[in-house]
Amino acid sequence: MRWGLGRSRYTIAPGLYAIGTPAGDSPVLVTANYKMTFDIVRRDMRGHDAWLLVLDTKGINVWCAAGKGTFSTDEIIRQVQRANLQQLVNHRTLIVPQLGAPGVAAHKVHKACGFKVVYGPIRSDDLPQFLRTGQTATPDMRRVRFTLTDRFILTPVELASMWRYTLWSILALFILGGIGPQIFSFSAAWSRGIIAVTVGLLGLFTGAVITPILLPWLPGRAFATRGAIAGLATGMLGLLIFSASLGWLNSLALLLAVAAVSSWCAMHFTGSSTFTSPSGVEKEMRQAIPAQAAFLLVGGLCWLAAAF
Amino acid sequence: MSSLRYLENIVTLKLDTEKCVGCGMCAVVCPHGVFTIEERKAQVVDRDACIECGACAGNCPVEALSVKAGVGCASAIINGWLTGEEPSCDCGGSC
Ligand code: SF4
Ligand code: SF4
Repeated sequence: MRWGLGRSRYTIAPGLYAIGTPAGDSPVLVTANYKMTFDIVRRDMRGHDAWLLVLDTKGINVWCAAGKGTFSTDEIIRQVQRANLQQLVNHRTLIVPQLGAPGVAAHKVHKACGFKVVYGPIRSDDLPQFLRTGQTATPDMRRVRFTLTDRFILTPVELASMWRYTLWSILALFILGGIGPQIFSFSAAWSRGIIAVTVGLLGLFTGAVITPILLPWLPGRAFATRGAIAGLATGMLGLLIFSASLGWLNSLALLLAVAAVSSWCAMHFTGSSTFTSPSGVEKEMRQAIPAQAAFLLVGGLCWLAAAF
Repeated sequence: MSSLRYLENIVTLKLDTEKCVGCGMCAVVCPHGVFTIEERKAQVVDRDACIECGACAGNCPVEALSVKAGVGCASAIINGWLTGEEPSCDCGGSC
């Protein structure tokens, strides 16, 4: 879960923590110092005794920290030594969340500090069962899902990370909206600007909220395609409501703009997902960005022309 | 979750079966079930599901696996294009 703002309030101090009243034979769980992750692990482990070794991931969740290299082999070794874990427990096993594996080399941890890394389940609510069954994970515990709730939770993050561009675009739309036969008119800037901003926000909402939620049911594979299709659909819907007052140039502009903005936002959603490969995303973007730009340009010209 | 699949045939994952000792680590760490172990050798059974996270390659004790791992987020890739460097996920901590 990731929000763009106020990150530092969601950090906890790295180091060793106790869940319940752990002893020398209690399991050691490794996690990130993102407060939400920490709280969820503690909640899911309620009623159990365990050690919780918190790495310094700069307040970032396990998956993204592993990708960035802060949830790493070296950091595990460092925290194991700092906490004097060898003295504290009489076993030599660390349970590391599987989603941390991209940043960790199990055999290197073992070599450097004598602790064997056992990869635990992806979701911490599977931890109690994992521990009960002698630290074995079922195949289901090892697969990421990308459920409706997962996708829904990620959407506010997308919106939060885009607000800066959004503000500038809104300003630009009001200024462009004023251009017309009288060269520049403030009343036109307001009336046409407000419609353009609504169209832009419709695209944003379609790409960043509707597309992720409907993802499995939208045609196409690339996120940009799915976003564009969703955008065309909501654009049509918008036309059905407003078309009477718009005229054909404005209507065309609306349709193209909603599709382009929605596609762009949907493409950015790729980074939040655990279903995309960097090679794939890059290929998708090379094809999608020129198309999005063309849509936006033609749409924008139609809109400007409609003023005359 | 077969309904949710990404693009095909562009994944950079490579397995050197000669080197593989069949320890099974890759099958454990992969979040997308790309591997199975058969007759003490790893096999790639679902290549297109790979998201290039690098977990398998980093945890293979004999370096039998390679993959061009990186961050798959669009803003990181744009950053990479603009600066001419490897994509990095410096989206102001929003990753
Ligand atoms: S890179 Fe990640 S997703 Fe791809 S095969 Fe390896 S562990 Fe699985
Ligand atoms: S981790 Fe490496 S050695 Fe072990 S099964 Fe996989 S490819 Fe083979």
